[in-house]
Amino acid sequence: MTNAITTTARPAIERRQLNLQQQRVRAAFWFLAPMLVMLFLVAAWPLFRSIYFSFTNVTLNNLYAGEWIGFDNYLSWRTLSSGRTIWRGTLVDPAWWNAVWNTVRFSLVSVTIETILGLLVALVLNAEFKGRGLVRAAILIPWAIPTIVSAKMWSWMLNDQFGIINDMLLNLGLIDHKIAWTASVETAMVAVLIVDIWKTTPFMALLCLAGLQMIPRDIYEAAKVDGVHPLRVFFNVTLPLVRPALMVAVIFRMLDALRIFDLIYVLTPNSKATKTMSIISRENLIEFDKFAYGSAQSTLLFAIIAVFVAAYMWLGKLDLSGEGR
Amino acid sequence: MKAHLTNHAIRSAVFAALATVSFGAMAAAAELHYVLGTVGNDVENFRKLVKPWEATTGNTVKLVPMPASTSDQFGQYRLWLAAGNKDIDLYQTDVIWAPQLAEQLVDLSEAAIDLVPQHLPAVIQSQTVNGKLVALPLFTDAPALYYRKDLLDKHGVAVPKTWEELTQTARKIQDAERADGKKDFWGFVWQGNAYEGLTCNALEWVKSFGGGQIVEPDGTISVNNEKAAAALDLAKSWIGTISPEGVLAYQEEEARGVWQTGNAVFMRNWPYAYSLGNSADSAVEGRFDVAPLPSGSENGSSAATLGGWNVGVSKYSEHREEAISLALFLAGPEVQKQRAILASSLPTIISLYDDPDIAAAQPIIPRWKEVLLNAVPRPSASAKVKYNELSSKFWSAVHETLSGNGSAAENLEVLELDLEDLKGGDW
Repeated sequence: MTNAITTTARPAIERRQLNLQQQRVRAAFWFLAPMLVMLFLVAAWPLFRSIYFSFTNVTLNNLYAGEWIGFDNYLSWRTLSSGRTIWRGTLVDPAWWNAVWNTVRFSLVSVTIETILGLLVALVLNAEFKGRGLVRAAILIPWAIPTIVSAKMWSWMLNDQFGIINDMLLNLGLIDHKIAWTASVETAMVAVLIVDIWKTTPFMALLCLAGLQMIPRDIYEAAKVDGVHPLRVFFNVTLPLVRPALMVAVIFRMLDALRIFDLIYVLTPNSKATKTMSIISRENLIEFDKFAYGSAQSTLLFAIIAVFVAAYMWLGKLDLSGEGR
Repeated sequence: MKAHLTNHAIRSAVFAALATVSFGAMAAAAELHYVLGTVGNDVENFRKLVKPWEATTGNTVKLVPMPASTSDQFGQYRLWLAAGNKDIDLYQTDVIWAPQLAEQLVDLSEAAIDLVPQHLPAVIQSQTVNGKLVALPLFTDAPALYYRKDLLDKHGVAVPKTWEELTQTARKIQDAERADGKKDFWGFVWQGNAYEGLTCNALEWVKSFGGGQIVEPDGTISVNNEKAAAALDLAKSWIGTISPEGVLAYQEEEARGVWQTGNAVFMRNWPYAYSLGNSADSAVEGRFDVAPLPSGSENGSSAATLGGWNVGVSKYSEHREEAISLALFLAGPEVQKQRAILASSLPTIISLYDDPDIAAAQPIIPRWKEVLLNAVPRPSASAKVKYNELSSKFWSAVHETLSGNGSAAENLEVLELDLEDLKGGDW
């Protein structure tokens, strides 16, 4: 017995070292497991399920009675006896492409304006002044209000007859008649953009501010000593140094903007000018008896967002892993 | 042997009695959840209406209020029912939903066998799907033309009989009132938002012009015709002239907002606006009256879209007995009478139209019988589960026309094609 222990003593030490390494891995796994399970349940499973639904003809009356129909929800064609070919499916649905175009337009415009405004606000907040803490907290209020609440609030403010916006603009003499903001096709998108920009600029400002505060103060001091014009300082020092933070902020907002739903659902739910991908897929999923068709649209929405992110990261040479640049 | 039998009979009778008592005791603990979309003061009224039932049965009813838009409600109910939600026992359902929710609501035809003959047959029929009574009618709804009698008298004009007359009268009064300094005064407010309400409004114009009812009861698509186009063209001419441009985003409450603050001569709305318009804080209290909606031509008939709300019991409810009992109570004469008095809701029980108490409290209700006679159903029975999509296509085409994107004739032509695609082989 004692013999056996001595002969195995050396490998045992090695094994113990290995075990330490393995133990760490195992511990890490157990610490991560709850999150992995949660992620699987709330993200992966619904995603796979809705992708699966998009290949069936399931309806909301019975979610378990669908049959596999392949790509018919995306694209299918039949040749009529007259020789004419009829195309069907989301990919040839003008309503879908209208929604895609609306979403992309909305995302590009809103994110661009929010980034510029957010950076401006961040620059102001980065300066030293009295009561800065209070202003920083106050500016976050629009972001802190739940979207449904702020959308409803704005929908009353934008109301053409008793809305305060029209009243103010009229009293200031900026308009000569009341504008039907959410009703008219021309202004519906503008109304949605106004509310979205009001709401999410603080978020951009906060992310930009975090980036600005990473910039060492001595660079500015050096620039000051050299007498560099402040505008040049901004473009040659601030902007390049804040760029990584800005890029991350923009991609966050882009992802958010591409799946815009709640704001439009409250403000202008059925207006063709503001129908986005999320709105139209919900309409098919729930309102109309086309659950599978709606699933196909939400799968496409997922794919489009994925393509956007990939393209953005590739073009911007953005590194989201955090391991150096 | 005989003695034994009687003994047995007595024993089972006692058992049955005991069972009933204990069942009753069990039922006393039940808390039912009732969901409805709320407009005006529905919540307060509902509490008053269910109180007697709660007192006699010992059950409690919890109200789950939903947004006013029927499309929002429908979406939520659809999801809850698809998930087999046990939390909601009773659903207050729109008249058009019966074919779409039929599979998930309990058949009430047995339970309501005594109550059914008292109701308007058309309404019961709208809630019957393949012989199954899906929901019990609570009240029916048919819109009317609200008009300011003080202003009509002031300017010496009669209540318009046709849409053309309405256009002229509204214009005249609007111009005169604006000249008097009321800058925000409008002629006619209605529901022009792209939603189910616009389908109702537009169906009335089209039908009263003799343009059919979108899809006829036999399933043929009739919407693409000259009369329908003429009706939509007239409505288009109202935008920005007698109706604010914002009417294209109005639902019921926005229209009532303009009207009840005294800023419009005419309004198209449902009966609920009558008692609210006469409430103490209303600017038009006692200064308005209602008439059937105008007709398309001099000797044409008027049309009012049949609305109305019903109560259905969820198949997944864990308190089915109690829920059915509540549904029967709410659809019964007692509550319908109360509801008529409280909220000027139109009863579906025919005899209530001759009820002296109702006539005294809401003199309008007996007169609404006339409106109901001209009520036109939406094509939900013919389009079945495809109704929502049909309605959405219809209101989109109308909304496009009203917003000036394409003429009525062009849009109706495309709509016809879309509806044929939607119909496929059959509805």
